[in-house]
Amino acid sequence: MNLAAKDIRHNPGRFALTAIGVGMLLMIVMGMGGIYRGIIDDAVLLIDSVDADLWIVQRDTRGPMAEVSRVPRNLVHRALAVPGVESSREFVHHTIQRERNDQPLRIAVLGLSWPTDKGEWIPLVAGRPIAQNHYEMIADKSLGLALGEQLPLGKDIYTVVGLTQNMIGTGGDGVAFFTVADAQAVQFDTPGEAIRLEREARVARGAESETGTLQPLLLERAALPGSELPPLGPPQISAVVVKVLPGADVHEVAETISAWGDVSVFTHKQQQDLVLRGPVEKARKQIGLFRVLLTVIAAIIMALILYTLTLDKIQSIALLKLIGAPNRVILGMILQQAMLLGVFGYGIAWLLGQRLFPLFPRRVIITNQDLVQLAFAVAVISLLASLLGIWKAMQVTPNQALD
Amino acid sequence: MELAIQTKGLTKIYGSGNTEVVAMKDASMDVAVGEVIALLGPSGSGKSTFLTAVGLINPPTSGQVMIGGQLVLDGAVAKTRLRTFRRKHIGFVFQKSNLIPFLSAVENVMVLLELDGYTSRAARKRAMELLDYLGVADRASNLPSMLSGGQQQRVAVARAIANHPNVILADEPTAALDSHRGRQVMELFAKVAHEQGAGVIVVTHDHRALDIFDRIYEMEDGHMTEQQDAGVIAGS
Repeated sequence: MNLAAKDIRHNPGRFALTAIGVGMLLMIVMGMGGIYRGIIDDAVLLIDSVDADLWIVQRDTRGPMAEVSRVPRNLVHRALAVPGVESSREFVHHTIQRERNDQPLRIAVLGLSWPTDKGEWIPLVAGRPIAQNHYEMIADKSLGLALGEQLPLGKDIYTVVGLTQNMIGTGGDGVAFFTVADAQAVQFDTPGEAIRLEREARVARGAESETGTLQPLLLERAALPGSELPPLGPPQISAVVVKVLPGADVHEVAETISAWGDVSVFTHKQQQDLVLRGPVEKARKQIGLFRVLLTVIAAIIMALILYTLTLDKIQSIALLKLIGAPNRVILGMILQQAMLLGVFGYGIAWLLGQRLFPLFPRRVIITNQDLVQLAFAVAVISLLASLLGIWKAMQVTPNQALD
Repeated sequence: MELAIQTKGLTKIYGSGNTEVVAMKDASMDVAVGEVIALLGPSGSGKSTFLTAVGLINPPTSGQVMIGGQLVLDGAVAKTRLRTFRRKHIGFVFQKSNLIPFLSAVENVMVLLELDGYTSRAARKRAMELLDYLGVADRASNLPSMLSGGQQQRVAVARAIANHPNVILADEPTAALDSHRGRQVMELFAKVAHEQGAGVIVVTHDHRALDIFDRIYEMEDGHMTEQQDAGVIAGS
């Protein structure tokens, strides 16, 4: 006869409520693990998606995923000239925040090196890659934009031509792909008044300089648009990404490029590590610690619940001892209840998680490995939690059956 | 004469020095196989102390308890595994039915049998026979909370006699029953004692059923004496 099951059957409502409570607690533990996993996955997702062998970034920076990096556009051609390089393309990455329907809309903007890169490599769930140099974008579904929707950014309006799923930037914002030109137009969009003021300031600076006084024609040109001033270069890009030829030694190519004084170069793996050890590290540690705390709290709460359940059965335990039940029968009853509570709680946590985690603003990734780990942890928690109840049960004497 | 129970000089002292209380003093009793003994006495006279000592629940300070000829307790020292011994040889019935609240009537009987090695099927069969014998088979699947006091007590009796114990100890088992039911329970103890060859000690205040008992003991202030003229007490 399974006394644990009989006791549960006697008061199924109480057990169900307790299991739901434990389940919700375990769901949070599970969720924290999923968020932790999601942050790591999101952090390297973009790096993996870009699928570059080498990242060339501003000298002594850790690349556009970790901090601001600025390199000249012609770096693409310099990189292409290095022996062993198959292709090189511009990489522009920044995050913007705009208002849409009175709600903040944060977008991780990524520039595609048109026309060599139209975004054919992007896993689309709807629509098509970018087909023209301007005014088209591919958006992640998490941004809430629909296919065909038009989004005004800066002075232009962009049409969503393709949709992705789970393309998230390192900060957890949905990624939108533009051509590099459009990405920079969005990034460096300046109001007309600011442009006019800058031109006036340029003229004023020129007028005060000796060069401006000696060469008045220069002052006239200073009032022209920036694009018509040869000494002003085009906007810089965040990085250059490189694919090496099949069979070429990545490290050899990297060594060649790293000899240049103005850039740093990282392999795919190094770029991943930099992101994980950089911007993600603190969040990762914080969530990891929070998860440990939650696990300990779950264990304490389960212990208290099982202790209370044991207190409710003191008379029965005393009676069992009186009629000669060995300790293992009584321990078994408490331990089985703890395990059943753990199993039901775990099941409820999983079921609730399946429904609730997709509604979270950031991705919650529950891997099979995490599920197995948590199951093991729940078994250990259940075992430890039952110790308090078992200790109490061992204190009970047969005499108490007569009280 | 084969003895089911033999106690020699049982003494129980609680506390020490100024707070010392002698709950039982030099209580000796022989109960033959098949014999039914009544133990009378006012509240606080030491009846329950004696019963719990014989029942190996609350060991005496000194004295000996022998059951079926085997020395089980020598003072507070156990001479065997008491819990196992209780399960195999002693049946208990108390004033309160003391059923496990989360088990049905039949399961309350089965639990003892399963602890004693019966298979679930055999335990259920035996339990149902006993409940039928005691007239509560129709309530076998009910939880104790759904049974009347009398029905609960009969289930407790069924559990007490289920594994053919050598000794049955009952502490005011009829207190919650009407006189008719009370007498039925007493007669049942007598029947079990005679049929199963068990020694039965019943602590009772109910003088109406004393004619059922083979002998009567009385306790007062911890001292036990055997009443030589049981018929007079029964008549009173």
